[in-house]
Amino acid sequence: MKLLYFAWLRTKIGIGSEEIEPPEGVADVAGLLDWLKGRGDGYADALANLSLVRVAVNQEYVALDHPVAPGDEIALFPPVTGG
Amino acid sequence: MTVRVQQDDFDVGAELAALTEGNHAIGGIASFVGVVREMAGDEKIGAMTLEHYPGMTERALAEIEAEARRRWPLEACLIVHRFGRLEPGDRIVMVATASAHRQAALEACAFLIDWLKTKAPFWKLEETAGGSKWVDARDTDSAATKRWIEE
Repeated sequence: MKLLYFAWLRTKIGIGSEEIEPPEGVADVAGLLDWLKGRGDGYADALANLSLVRVAVNQEYVALDHPVAPGDEIALFPPVTGG
Repeated sequence: MTVRVQQDDFDVGAELAALTEGNHAIGGIASFVGVVREMAGDEKIGAMTLEHYPGMTERALAEIEAEARRRWPLEACLIVHRFGRLEPGDRIVMVATASAHRQAALEACAFLIDWLKTKAPFWKLEETAGGSKWVDARDTDSAATKRWIEE
């Protein structure tokens, strides 16, 4: 699956996108975020407070219990500040 | 009917003229233009950079526009949002709506900018003398969006 990071999630994690293959037990967004936190200090820092993280799967906002599957495009970003 | 995400500036007069050209059912046009404010709290900003999520941005704006058209009888509707580095005074966003009577245009215009601010995936990075800082989402923006939630 493809992961995209924006704004301060991108700067804390250090990259804007990556292709990943999470282990089999990762079935939903919450599981994915848990697994990502263990991938390094930047990830742990970026995902420390999930109330500040918004998630889109295939470009639609989703909740933490939304399923994730191989081939998905999953974006993590802070609350939006456009306009 | 029209959603655009672009780096370049836009001409408000030309956009309004193009939006309504030839449609004589229109009796009123409302517009909102957002510009870069010089002050961020009590700090002066030199510039800001707008980042966005190409693909999802266009999709989110199209959904917001469709929602406005579902709620109000609009003859025409436009959202233009810029990205990239902008300086104080630069235009950021333009929303315009046109309808037979003013109320639909005015309400839909307010709805579009309120919803866009809390739903379209854009993020502002402000540059000040002290360094660069990502802008935090404002509670007042979510409150402004909540007033449009249908019972």
